[in-house]
Amino acid sequence: MTQAAVSNHNGDHQTTTGLNHRKLLMWVFLGSDCMFFATLIATYLVYKGKSLTGPMPIDVFSIPVTTVSTFVLLMSSMSMVLAYSALRKGSLKGYRTWMLSTIILGSTFLGFQTFEFYEFANHHVHIDCVHPGELTDFEQGLFDKNCTEGVEEYEAQHGLTPKTNLFGTTFFVLTGLHGTHVTIGVIWLLALFFYSFKKGGVTPERDLDTDLAALYWHFVDIVWIVIFAVVYLFGVFEGFPS
Amino acid sequence: MTTLHIPTIPMIKRPVHPTGIWYWLTTVDHKKIGILYGVTAFINFIIGGIEAILIRVQLAASNADIITPEVYNQLFTMHGTTMIFLAIMPLGAAFFNFVIPLQIGARDVAFPRLNAFSYWVFLAGTLILHISWLLGEAPNAGWFSYAPLTSLAYNPGHGIDFWIVGLQVLGIASLAAAFNFIVTIINMRAPGMTLMKMPLFTWMTFITAILLVLAFPVITVALIELMFDRSFGTNFFFAPAGANPVLWQHLFWVFGHPEVYILILPAMGIISEILPTFSKKPLFGYSTVVLAGVIIAFMGWLVWSHHMFTVGLGPIPNSVFTITTMAIAIPTGIKIFNWLGTLWKGSITFSTPMLYALGFIVTFTIGGISGVMHAMSSSDFQQQDTYFVVAHFHYVLFGGAIMGLFGGIYYWFPKFSGRMFNETSGKIQFWLFFLGQNITFFPMHFVGMDGMPRRIYTYSNEMGWDSLNALQTAGSMLLVISVLVFLHNMVKSWRSGEKAPGDPWDARTLEWSIESPPPEYNFEEIPKVHVVDEWWAQKRGLVAGQVPSGGSGEKSDIHLPQPSFLPLVTSIGILIAGYGLVYSYVVAAVGLSIMMVGVAAWSLEPVNDPD
Repeated sequence: MTQAAVSNHNGDHQTTTGLNHRKLLMWVFLGSDCMFFATLIATYLVYKGKSLTGPMPIDVFSIPVTTVSTFVLLMSSMSMVLAYSALRKGSLKGYRTWMLSTIILGSTFLGFQTFEFYEFANHHVHIDCVHPGELTDFEQGLFDKNCTEGVEEYEAQHGLTPKTNLFGTTFFVLTGLHGTHVTIGVIWLLALFFYSFKKGGVTPERDLDTDLAALYWHFVDIVWIVIFAVVYLFGVFEGFPS
Repeated sequence: MTTLHIPTIPMIKRPVHPTGIWYWLTTVDHKKIGILYGVTAFINFIIGGIEAILIRVQLAASNADIITPEVYNQLFTMHGTTMIFLAIMPLGAAFFNFVIPLQIGARDVAFPRLNAFSYWVFLAGTLILHISWLLGEAPNAGWFSYAPLTSLAYNPGHGIDFWIVGLQVLGIASLAAAFNFIVTIINMRAPGMTLMKMPLFTWMTFITAILLVLAFPVITVALIELMFDRSFGTNFFFAPAGANPVLWQHLFWVFGHPEVYILILPAMGIISEILPTFSKKPLFGYSTVVLAGVIIAFMGWLVWSHHMFTVGLGPIPNSVFTITTMAIAIPTGIKIFNWLGTLWKGSITFSTPMLYALGFIVTFTIGGISGVMHAMSSSDFQQQDTYFVVAHFHYVLFGGAIMGLFGGIYYWFPKFSGRMFNETSGKIQFWLFFLGQNITFFPMHFVGMDGMPRRIYTYSNEMGWDSLNALQTAGSMLLVISVLVFLHNMVKSWRSGEKAPGDPWDARTLEWSIESPPPEYNFEEIPKVHVVDEWWAQKRGLVAGQVPSGGSGEKSDIHLPQPSFLPLVTSIGILIAGYGLVYSYVVAAVGLSIMMVGVAAWSLEPVNDPD
């Protein structure tokens, strides 16, 4: 759908509103995509706290790591703005530099996400049965079940996959589809980056191609901010509705 | 790093003046795409009709065993899915395509190739759904496919997979078309045509497109979730993991209720064009009708749980949704009174399109009233899942949407074919149709009230439903005859009917100001608009007329978008990817690659190659 939405059409002719056809199309598409993510987030929230078995968000999330990846994605929005601004000013060199930065930052975010998925899928539980310390509900359950008389420690793999529980199902599908959006964005930006080496491919007069990619990129960023707050922060910190 | 050579694909050279089949495969002309949509959708209407007739034959008498229960489940599922997604929606799309650019004084839609793409993807979705019959596994869980009937445990085999993939593909087509029409209507109106000077059909199309854009992502996500449950063992609708299968019902109907307005609003738009034309009066309360359409579209989002009154959501939600559902009858009622007001003291011509518009008002009102009856949640407990509900939605969808669309076909037939249809045959066909549908669907109210459940493949003769069911089946035979008369009239008139003038009905909107069929470039000179019903006002000399056509001699200077293969190539990729999702991910990867190549080539292909 996304690719279809960026079909090339030189909107040169006069329009009723003065808005470019393609730009208007992009805004309508983003409105539609809002409903797409709204439905996914609604599904996540409906099932929040309804999982019958662990691991739960608090067991697997690492807020510092995800904060870093969120920061990386937000910075990619800034470099996207700088790329567009460089193009407007006529600096093709600046454009390529900042586009490449955006692509690298976006890919870094995807790398973080892959790492995170891998970590969750291989989640490892280690409980000291003698001095258990503070345990999450899931760990407490494992403690009660496994730390019988004479057992000093419990160690096992409790990976979180889309099949494990409702949390895994809703988490992976929501963030996975967001990651798919980011991937499409990276491919799109890469295409523009390479196209800028073609003579007359990307010029200050033809800045709309970049403008549309930037709109999409910022939208995907904003969605991530919502996901970071609703899924990660609400999932870990007490006081948020569960 | 200097310049990078971007290779073009030599295999698919852009057609310049294709002829024959290549012309149709590569056309980006909105009028041709409209005809493609219309013909395909009508074939689907006949396939869905055959499915319905098989159902009626099985139910004609008690304890019949013409059709097995398994096939019966597939028949009613495919009948509903076909009629809604493959017949009514694309028939609406056929009119959007053909009529909208002509009504707003444009030469094409905003994105001609995207428009062709919409059609080819729609055809791909159509094929996936119909071919499931030939592969022996048609979908069988009802058109709303409630969980957990669709889970792998209860529904092994590929029937549900075809349903999921087919609807997903059709969703891409609908979304692409809706994006296109929103941009076209906002951005390509003729000078002077402000929003409140747009023809009613354009307005209703605009509202429908907005509903599509917002409603389809919801079903897209629901289908993704279902597909993941079936293919990857996720737990979205898997109760043993703590999931609540009612979530499917919520997601489906959050989409499904706006969807019913997606089906009916275009028909309302069509009859809002027909009634003023054949009453020789402006539409009564134009702005009220527009506003009522907007309110219906908004309130359509607040009523979905009335499909779920018996699920056990509790008295508070049921009361709230009772109130919102009853409230939506108000804007609908406003429209009906405005249509009646249009007729009042008009000088009415009872030609075939007009008969359909009048028939629409009668049957749609009956369906609307039975709708208000089960809007009352306590009353709905008696009616849920009975033939009473079947009667209701056939009155609004067959008696409403289909009647409106048939009226539209007659109304614009001279415009798109350039020929007049046979009026006598049209009138006979209308009366067969009108009688047939009432004989088919009205008795359903009675058997429904008597407790006959929908979706049962047979019933005992002790229930006392035999005679009314036989009557329904007889009525459906009248509908068959009527559709045959219709086809005969259309085919014969299209081939050898009397040549149609530009404005055979003395109509009101801009599409009638040009010849029939319209030239490829539509308007030689883009019209200027002063009032609603601009063409009517021009004919009466109420506003400054057009520059007389034929004088400019600059037809060759009008630049039209060039034909392109790429929408078709991209759609073929999607079709292959769709089958890949059902059978093999390798095939899906091949399909996606074809699609990506299509998209890449498309984004590098200019709208018009420099000469």
